[in-house]
Amino acid sequence: MSPTTLYEKIWQNHVVHEEPGKPSLLYIDRHLVHEGTSPQAFAGLKAEGRKVRRPDLTFAVMDHSVSTTDRTLPILDNDAKLQFEALERNCRETGVRLFDMNSKHQGIVHIIGPELGITQPGQTIVCGDSHTSTHGALGTLAFGIGTSEVEHVLATQCLVQSKSKTLHILVHGKRPKGVTAKDIILAIIGKMGISGGNAQVAEFGGEAIRALSMDGRMTVCNMTIEAGARAGMIAPDDTTFAYLEARPFVPRGKEFQAAVDRWKTLKSDDGAKFDATIELHADQLAPQVTWGTNPGMVTSVNGRVPDPHDFRDLNDQKATESALKYMGLKPGTPIVDISVDRVFIGSCTNSRLDDLRAAAHLLAGKHVAKNIKQALIVPGSRGIKAQAEKEGLDKVFIAAGFEWRDAGCSMCIGMNADVLPPHERSASTSNRNFEGRQGRDSRTHLVSPIMAAAAALAGHFVDVREFDVAHVE
Amino acid sequence: MQPFTTHTGLVMPLDRVNVDTDQMVPKQFLKCLTREGFGRILFYDWRYLPGEKPNPEFVLNLPRYKGASILLARTNFGCGSSREHAPWGVKDYGFRAIIAPSYADIFYNNCFKNGILPAILTEAEVDQLFQHTESEQGYSLSIDLPTQTIKDAYGHIYNFEIAPSRKEVLLKGLDDIATSLLHADSIATYEKSHPSAATMFDPVDIKNYR
Ligand code: SF4
Repeated sequence: MSPTTLYEKIWQNHVVHEEPGKPSLLYIDRHLVHEGTSPQAFAGLKAEGRKVRRPDLTFAVMDHSVSTTDRTLPILDNDAKLQFEALERNCRETGVRLFDMNSKHQGIVHIIGPELGITQPGQTIVCGDSHTSTHGALGTLAFGIGTSEVEHVLATQCLVQSKSKTLHILVHGKRPKGVTAKDIILAIIGKMGISGGNAQVAEFGGEAIRALSMDGRMTVCNMTIEAGARAGMIAPDDTTFAYLEARPFVPRGKEFQAAVDRWKTLKSDDGAKFDATIELHADQLAPQVTWGTNPGMVTSVNGRVPDPHDFRDLNDQKATESALKYMGLKPGTPIVDISVDRVFIGSCTNSRLDDLRAAAHLLAGKHVAKNIKQALIVPGSRGIKAQAEKEGLDKVFIAAGFEWRDAGCSMCIGMNADVLPPHERSASTSNRNFEGRQGRDSRTHLVSPIMAAAAALAGHFVDVREFDVAHVE
Repeated sequence: MQPFTTHTGLVMPLDRVNVDTDQMVPKQFLKCLTREGFGRILFYDWRYLPGEKPNPEFVLNLPRYKGASILLARTNFGCGSSREHAPWGVKDYGFRAIIAPSYADIFYNNCFKNGILPAILTEAEVDQLFQHTESEQGYSLSIDLPTQTIKDAYGHIYNFEIAPSRKEVLLKGLDDIATSLLHADSIATYEKSHPSAATMFDPVDIKNYR
């Protein structure tokens, strides 16, 4: 048999039906659902008199619009309230397990999947959310779908799919201190452009990827979609197995051992062919900061805001011009001269324990700068929140002038009260800096958690390598 | 779903690369429970000034493009969020087809679920269409899906590629779910032969995991 990629192996293992010249029917092992993109799917299902085929493989959670402050208070946003009620009703009627906003396991959908062990190597996972690519960090084929497809998966537990092209992204060498998983993926997006990976399935490999913790790997796969790719994946290894052991939905004892033996076969064979390969050297990377209105508009912290004329392509010139106008930036400005109004550490990209620990290490005994109007830390899940509090991280954050919040999407998307006001500038650990993403006319700069923490202390962007980051991962 | 065979209509140019779905339907409208009514808020932040006053500079508000039903766009149209609210908005506004050099993956998929044709032409052809549209008021195109051609009144003809299976979905207005359910037996067989993938290990104390 010819050598195959991890993607092809998982694909082959999930084909329910195929015909030449047609897309295949692919089985979906886990379907994750949130309040934002599911109501129309449940309604469509009901209207057609169809049932949820596998409620036991479907998991719902409230994350996008939930309050990150006191949840015992009444929900003032009536639209959000109606959406929560709809999800509750839909789950009750169909038998889908729901982690509602008061569950101790509640959190951002892409955080709790791996955290609870719902996500396991070799699975196919979908969710009506583009950052489903996150789950690929555990060696799954995971991608975002639209609401019509959510309805399709609810009804059939399958998805109609055509095979994607494959992309091998190799990150060689060792990360210098102060350079995180976030910087690796931002640099990759900067290199590929935001449509560079269009519809492809990327597999990450190389020394720098292997050296990442699971939390870091999830950060990398999370933002694969920002390069346009359908999915990102990392073959499971001992780091993965150790992470999964004893998580609630992971089998125990002998069954776990059997699972690990199966999972060990999940890797691309030597000599497997990818449609394209991209290589990067981690040792040459510096901390990254976005300056524009998409994640590909990124440079090193020691760089400068570009001039539209730096670009040869006319469309790029226009895009840069309009991005700088929106962002209120002048060409040539050193990144470290850009001051920041608010800091947001959170989102499914960077709200896991590693992120919080690293930020806390940097912030311990220090205080945010005077010009910072708000500094928010929003843990990705209530599980992470509880663990962070056990470690005393909350106290460090609060002493440093940060607000310590309850779990949810928060200012990543601003669907609850956590909105970045017009013309204000954030240092944000989230994944999108599109116009209006964090709030109308708001200005987002994407950075790593330690870069965000450092910006909070300095009041402007600053090279985190100047801080004590020796023990920071 | 409404089938798509041929369509003739006024073209509206949106001269921006990488238009993301956050721009098409901003987050505050993701709290709706139905698929309807998104046309009114399509491109909300560009289209309306604070107070929902129409922004006279935005192309959608120019009188000459009133009633447009073909959206002419640039590369990587529909990138970002998977929200199907974006194609719902495109359709509800009255667009039946989009013409662009490329689309983001999820948005492209979502179009077919909603009877919208996302036609792909080369960048040079799209450039040409931008010129035609901007220089001539009332510039219209006729799209013929069976022959995969786009024509204007001056004899310009453009051919576009589309996967045969996608074409069939649009031509027949197929309901994907009904088609897939024809394979219910195969799905059941799959589930029996792949127990480890398709079953859920339940934690000992399920109640704790609500
Ligand atoms: S944290 Fe942001 S990117 Fe992640 S699921 Fe929530 S809204 Fe989407």
